[in-house]
Amino acid sequence: MNKVTKNFKKYRFLLGELVKKDIKLKYRSSYLGILWTLIEPILTTFVLTLIFSKLLGRAEKAFPVYILTGRLLYTFFANSTKSAMKSIRSNSAMIKKVYVPKYIYPFSTILSNYIIFLISLIVLFFASIVFKIIPTFYLVQIIIPLVLLLVLSLGCGMILATMAVFFRDLEYLWSVVLMLVMYTSSIFYHVEDLDMGDMAWVFNLNPLYLIIVNFRNAVFGRPMDNSALLLSIIYSFGSLAIGLFIFYKKQDKFILNI
Amino acid sequence: MDNKVIKIEHVGMRFNLMEKKVDNLKEYFIKLMKHELRYQEFWALKDVSFSVNKGDRVGILGLNGAGKSTLLKVIAGVLKATEGKVSIKGKIVPLLELGAGFDPQYTGAENIYLYGAMLGYPKEFIKDKYDEIVEFSELEDFINVPVKNYSSGMKARLGFSIATIVEPEILILDEVLSVGDARFRKKSEAKVKGMFDDGVTVLFVSHSIDQVKRMCNKAILLEHGQLIAEGDVKDVSFIYEQKVTGLDAETLRKKKRKAKKDKEKKAKAKREKAERMLAEKEQAEKSLIENEFVEKPLADNELFEKEQANTSPINNESSEKEQIEKLPVDKELPETEVNTEERSGINSPISETTIQDLMKPAAVETNVKDADIKTPITENTESENIG
Repeated sequence: MNKVTKNFKKYRFLLGELVKKDIKLKYRSSYLGILWTLIEPILTTFVLTLIFSKLLGRAEKAFPVYILTGRLLYTFFANSTKSAMKSIRSNSAMIKKVYVPKYIYPFSTILSNYIIFLISLIVLFFASIVFKIIPTFYLVQIIIPLVLLLVLSLGCGMILATMAVFFRDLEYLWSVVLMLVMYTSSIFYHVEDLDMGDMAWVFNLNPLYLIIVNFRNAVFGRPMDNSALLLSIIYSFGSLAIGLFIFYKKQDKFILNI
Repeated sequence: MDNKVIKIEHVGMRFNLMEKKVDNLKEYFIKLMKHELRYQEFWALKDVSFSVNKGDRVGILGLNGAGKSTLLKVIAGVLKATEGKVSIKGKIVPLLELGAGFDPQYTGAENIYLYGAMLGYPKEFIKDKYDEIVEFSELEDFINVPVKNYSSGMKARLGFSIATIVEPEILILDEVLSVGDARFRKKSEAKVKGMFDDGVTVLFVSHSIDQVKRMCNKAILLEHGQLIAEGDVKDVSFIYEQKVTGLDAETLRKKKRKAKKDKEKKAKAKREKAERMLAEKEQAEKSLIENEFVEKPLADNELFEKEQANTSPINNESSEKEQIEKLPVDKELPETEVNTEERSGINSPISETTIQDLMKPAAVETNVKDADIKTPITENTESENIG
């Protein structure tokens, strides 16, 4: 364990450099650059509000804020897991030439996505003001779902990164899984509105849904849902443990498959 | 003296060459079910053991496919050995391919920081060395251009300067000194040689035996993944040459001795010829100078004689004799004067005049001779000039 921490300290600068690079290059060639992180959620929320408030008939005052709380988190989860999956393969040239602890690659992509996600929360902030959502003391709890979200993404990212080295078509499989996650995360509807009955527990299988629930509790000034909290802790840290384990086991074989 | 910085113990590296590459889930499961996942083993390295002391420059020789690059990758930590142990003491900087670690969209300056970070150096260190790196690479303003727009030579220069200026303790070079233009190659060799003096350990792979002999003090020889020779660079490279040429030791030694002798002979012949030409040139110049001194005091009758002599080049010898006889000089005097000259020297006034007379026929002689020397091949042109 000591060796791992020593190694990490040595490559701390590299992690920072890789995160910087991802963010810098993401918008270097585009015209609006970093502004897209703000404009994109505004546009999509606008569309979603338009469609779903009419469709579901629910006239909710702060529906855009409701949508944003779900949408922003989902976007981060989707983007970070997708880029983590590709991270080993896209850095194959470097892996073959210099020794660098390989977990740095998926970690750096997930972290760079996380920073962009935090910037996009500015949109949520302004939307809350516009739709008169008053921040209560419960807002402090927002830290917990934010941390859990990062841990969950890291865990899933590591699992995907490892498997994608050996099975290239995992990328397509994961897109389908993400679609399933999106529709079951109650981004643009309320779970209570759906008449699920006995099947209501199905939603608890979606770790992202559980995190979004507590995130919304913090934003809208409600106490944490403890059962959701517990489940999301298990999911997040469990996936991280599994991810690190299989990554560590298989990392020496990466170079033979890229 | 435990000065070892690299210790390789019984290292082996096995690759699985799958008969048919499987890289998606469907095929994998199907083959798993059908028990068709066959692995063909290939041992790139087998039971390799050696150690390197601090400050050694070890050349790694071997034919293609011997396992040199695999060994370097195992030492650099890029590959994990299937069996055996690798112990390294010190910071390794591997230069396995110039410009491989660069991100094409990033500028050269940004890539310096990125590459330095990859090699494990902290930010402040790279900042200190930044100017030195830019200067060595000779890129100047191009440092702010994205690397994708660089020529291959520029990428090579940048990669090399970063890797050598960050003060590695162990430097691994995989045939990178043979890349780039002649000037860069000279510069990089000089730079690496300069690092030897700082006590940097170097592992060096090259196919040029001369380069290895120049740069290294030790060498190892690999063949089909096994270490077959280790020791002084001259001994190991001799064995390698045997392998390359296919001759055994005795024949190779004889051949080398012969080649060396031939080379020396050639050099000697060249030297002698040069000396000869130089001597001839000097003599020609000398006699030309003498001619110039004497040509002026020639009297009219002598000039006439000279003309006659020149118009009949074939009868040079006989005309010379005639001239000598025609000269108003007492025949006896030259004989005696020669003697007195030898005894008393040139200072007596009587001898001066007689010596002058003596010198006149000589002058004519040398004139003709001079003409011979000047144009030894073409006598025709000579007669033309005079005529």
